This record gives sequence, structure tokens and C-alpha cells, in this order.
Amino acid sequence: MSVAGINVLVDETRARMAQAQAPLLSVRNVSAYYGSIRALKGVDIDVNEGEIVALIGANGAGKSTLMMTIFGQPQAREGTITFAGQDITRLPTHEIARLNLAQSPEGRRIFSRMTVRENLQMGAAVNGGRHFAEDLERMCTLFPRLKERIDQRGGTMSGGEQQMLAIARALMSRPRLLMLDEPSLGLAPLVVKQIFSTVRELNRTEGLTVFIVEQNAYHALKLAHRGYVMVTGAVTMSGTGQALLDDPQVKAAYLEGGQH
Amino acid sequence: MAQGSTIGQVAPTVAPRSTAALPALLKDAALFALVTLGLAIPVVAYRTDLGQGTGLVLTGRWGLVASLCLAIFVLRLAQRLVLAEVSRRRDARILAGVAAPPVAVRPARILGPLTLAIALTLPFLAAFGSGGLSEGRYWIDLGILILTYVMLGWGLNIVVGLAGLLDLGYVAFYAVGAYSYALLSTVFGLSFWICLPLSGLFAAAFGILLGFPVLRLRGDYLAIVTLAFGEIIRLVLINWTDFSGGSAGVSSIPRVNFFGVPFAAGEGGFAALFGLSFNPMHRVVFLYYLILVLALITNLVTLRMRRLPLGRAWEALREDEIACRSLGIDTTITKLTAFALGAMFAGFAGSFFAVRQGFVSPESFNFLESAIILAIVVLGGMGSQIGVAIAAIAMVGAPELLRNLGFLRAVFGEGFDPNEYRLLLFGLAMVGMMVWRPRGLISERTPSVRLAGRKS
Repeated sequence: MSVAGINVLVDETRARMAQAQAPLLSVRNVSAYYGSIRALKGVDIDVNEGEIVALIGANGAGKSTLMMTIFGQPQAREGTITFAGQDITRLPTHEIARLNLAQSPEGRRIFSRMTVRENLQMGAAVNGGRHFAEDLERMCTLFPRLKERIDQRGGTMSGGEQQMLAIARALMSRPRLLMLDEPSLGLAPLVVKQIFSTVRELNRTEGLTVFIVEQNAYHALKLAHRGYVMVTGAVTMSGTGQALLDDPQVKAAYLEGGQH
Repeated sequence: MAQGSTIGQVAPTVAPRSTAALPALLKDAALFALVTLGLAIPVVAYRTDLGQGTGLVLTGRWGLVASLCLAIFVLRLAQRLVLAEVSRRRDARILAGVAAPPVAVRPARILGPLTLAIALTLPFLAAFGSGGLSEGRYWIDLGILILTYVMLGWGLNIVVGLAGLLDLGYVAFYAVGAYSYALLSTVFGLSFWICLPLSGLFAAAFGILLGFPVLRLRGDYLAIVTLAFGEIIRLVLINWTDFSGGSAGVSSIPRVNFFGVPFAAGEGGFAALFGLSFNPMHRVVFLYYLILVLALITNLVTLRMRRLPLGRAWEALREDEIACRSLGIDTTITKLTAFALGAMFAGFAGSFFAVRQGFVSPESFNFLESAIILAIVVLGGMGSQIGVAIAAIAMVGAPELLRNLGFLRAVFGEGFDPNEYRLLLFGLAMVGMMVWRPRGLISERTPSVRLAGRKS
């Protein structure tokens, strides 16, 4: 390689570094398999610090698989996943969770026989319950409904309250990146609105980075700074939230049937 | 034998419980009696006795059949009437807009201290009630037996009730504990007080040994593997004759001593040391308090663990393993500690068993034992400490009660042994539980933390 070539490379790198720091989460050419079925086909996704990024797509497109792959279950067979500069591709799930990366899983998965408070304690398990009281207070202000139900068993709450609990539980670990998997699943539109506005609030006031996987494309893209569209295991489109909302293809495929 | 008739009697209780008119109820009860008759004819009506010479003689027992049918008739009628009343009241309450009060904490709050008080004073109660320490031996022995099962139930409760790992081979750890003491004391002459913690450690090590291969299993599959594990331990004990004495077991295991002071007559014995007159019952009473303390330690550790992150992680693991992992909980460690701790308490109980019996053999550690311990945990309500204690009393104490029902002979005739109906009544009780308390005696889970000062 010539000297000029090296110079060009150096310049490019400098430019990239000046443009922004490295993304907080970066998924590079990741493929994952269920047995012999290739569920993810070389996915590239970046989430920068302070951003809300949405991933939309139809049922079975592989959105949740990507979310789970980032969390190491199933592990990516090809490609790399980096979080805050650390390669997490081969880490077991619980060690990934200890890196300030929190997840509100699909279907909420709250501990139904345990009380709201105990659920939140489980969320704080990562940092050993330090500043638990303080964080509990914060969750109670963010989600006043949880405060009312603090000693109630999780399973006895409504779907919306359970979703709030799942998000609050994830936030208890003070994550740098919050990953939400289908938070609107099975919820009334009003509750969805409420939850999404809380997420936006968190992002604006505290600069929380959020990666959200949604079927409800309209709401998700409205909320997000940037978005990705996934079709059968591969990212087909990306852009700012508004750009995707205005895109005729996205409109035709995901937004038909009203903007509720 | 007569189990067939029980099943016939209870199976149709799923029939609609509507408030029916009396003729309908009578008809229903008559139908039950008829079914009983049909079942009783082949099973109960004839008894074969050895006749003169080689032949068998059939003896008719039609009186017994008639009384059985009558009993079923009356019972069914009573059941329908009671159920109708209960559902009527429930409807009335719902109409009145009053929710059923939470039954959970209140009985436990009274029952706990009450049971504890009785447990603490049982030797004295027995001595006073029967007019002497030796005469009260039966009750103290029964107390020891029950407390052993309470302890085993509490130990298994950690694995099954809290961590939600269905373990059908729990008796294996009991066996490990028992044989640890039996062999260490007879071969190396170690004292019980050294062997007790060692037995716990060995059993815990076996718990971890079992834990590793089953880390990825849950539910039915886990149950099968643990069942096999229990059998493996028993079969090894039977067949490895050089090590364990085979099915003959290990005998003349040293008896318990009072922290080094033997329970013996004469100089240097327990009685002489404390200026008491020698009584062999001292040892039995000491054994009673020993198992009581061991059981209470198990209970305290469990209660304490529930408030610690690890204990909470067990419960979370029972609820949802995937969610646990995504919250940064190492499920491997969590499962292994549950297995190890549960096994450790079984090991303690096992070495107590060995020191009490003075003899261990593989016969004592068959699958039925595992099943009984599991039944205690399930009947108690999966995770409720006081529920487990009550269930242990019911499961172990009730069969003993049957021995004292001699007056029933007057009803059913000479030669009637209530003890033979043990399994029948056991089955009946199980079915009753399924109908009325499908989630155990104390099914409500007590939260491990509460807002200070707030009452539920």
C-alpha cells in the first residue's frame, strides 16, 4: 500500500472518530440459527449513545431473535456484537446483563407470584441492591401505578401494569442501554401511548439510550430518532424515524390500516 | 383391596354442584351407593379363609357391604348438602360485593407459635399425660419421627418449593447422610458431633454432583433424572457390599452422647453428671430436642435465605428462568446452591436417623420415602414453612392415629384392623385435597419484604 493510501485511511478514521464516538451497541454481520434454520442473515445495526432506535418488521421477521441474540441466547454463529467497546458475542446471558445492558423481554416475563417490590429487587440484583431505595423511589415517580401496587403480586396486575413493571425492573439496574421487546404487545392504545411517552421522557431528561423492537410501526417510528426495517432475517431499510414513516414502501407494508 | 370403591365413590364429584332439590340429591346418593355395591361385590363381599385341610372357604361379609353402601349414601348426601350450602353462601357474598377475606397470613400467624410451643414442650406434655417419662415414650418417639419428616420436608422445600426444581430422589441425600455417619463412626470411630457436619457436607457434595448434569432440565425431565439418581444411590448401597454391607446394612452404630457424655448408668454418665437418677428415657428426650433444633435451624436458614438475594433468585428462578438470566442472575450457581443446601439438610437428617436407629440399611431409603417427603411439601403448599410442618404431622401422625381406633372393631367386627386401611384413607385424603385445596394447605405465598408498618 502506498503512503498516499495510508494517509487516506488515517484521514477517514479521523473523520469517523470526529463525527461521533463509536456506537454504544454495534451489531456487525450477525447470523443466528435455530437448528439449521437461519433466522438472522448478516444483520448490521448501530445504536449510538443517547439515541432511541426502533426496529420494525412483520411477525417472524427475526426482530425478537435479534434482541435475544444480542443477549446471547441463541448466540450469534457469525459476526460480532460489541457493547461499549467490549465484544459480547460469546458471553453468556447473565454476564451480558451485568454490563449495564437491560432488557424488558417479550411477553414481559415478570415474576408473577412475587410482589412488585420483589420484582424490582430482582432487577437491582446486578448492582447488588446498592441505591435500591433511591431507584425504587424513582420508579414510583415514573410509574405511579406501581407505587399503588407495590406489595401486590405481579401476576395479579393488568397487562399494562405488568409491562410497566417489566420496564421498571429493567431500569432498576441503571442501564446505559435499555432494550424493549414489543412493549405494546396486547395493550390498549392509551396504555401504549403512556408507556411510550415515559420512554421518551427518560430519553430526553436522562439521555437514556433505548433500542426498541416493535410491531406497532407507527408508534415506534414516531418515538425513535432512527429506525431499521427487518424482513425475513435481514435489515432492508434504515433511516431517521420520520424518513421511514414517510417512505411509501414502509407505509404500504407496515402502516396501512390507520395510525393509532 | 378396597381402594377401588374409593375411586368409584369420589370420581364423579366433578358433577355440577348446583343447588338441586332433595329428590335429586337422594337419587344421586343412591347412585353412589349402587356404584359402591357394584365395586364391593368383587372386592369386599367374600373373604377367603383357610378351611379344613387344604381348601379355601369363602366367608360372606354382606353386613360389611351393606354398611359400606349406607356410609357412602350418607356421606354423598352430606357432601352435596354441604357443597350446596357453601356455594350458596359464596354467591351471597359475591352479590353483597364483599370479596373473600385473604385466608393466607392469619392462620399461619397463630399456627406457627402454637405448633412451636407444643413442639418445645412435647416431652413434658407426654410425661404428664401418660404419667411418667417411660410411659410417654410412644409420644416422644412419634414426635421424633414427625420432626424428622418436618426437617426433610423443609429441606426439600428449598429445592421444590422455592427453586421450583422437582426432585423425586431426595431420599438419596438422606441416605448419604445416614451412611456417612454409620460408616465414619463404625470404621473410623468418629464422634457424632464431628460426623453431623461432615454428613451435611457429603450430602451437599452429592447435591452438586446431581445438580451439574440436570442444569438444563426442568419439570418432567428433571423429575425422571432425580428419580433415577435416588435409585442409583440405593442400588449402589445394596450391591457394593464391601463398602456399605449390602442389604444387611450397617449395624451397631454408636449411640448419641450428650456432647461427649454418654447416656449410661453409673460414673461419668449423663445422669450422674447432672445428679439425676438414671433413666434410659434421657437419651430419647435428648434425641427429640436434637431433631427439634436441627429442624428449627433448617427453618431459620430457609426463612433467612428468602430475604437474601440468593433466596430471592431461587424464587425468581421458579417463576421464570429466562427472565432471571436476562437480569444478570447466574442460573447455574442459583440451581446448584439450591440443590446443595437442600441436600445438606437431608444429610443432617440422615445422620440423625442413623444415630437414632443404631442401624441403617438400604431398605429405609426407597422411593416411597421420597414420595412421602414430596407429598409433604406439595400438601403443605409448595413454599409455605408452616404448611409443610402441618402436612408432615398429618402424613406421619395420621397413620399412627389409626392404631388407636380399636373401638371401630365394635362396629366392623372382630379382626378389623384400621391400620390396613391406611393407604385407602391416604388416597381419600389426597382426592379431598385435590378437590378443596388444589394448591396445598397454605397456598398463599408470604412476600419476603413488605412496606414497613403496613398491614395486609
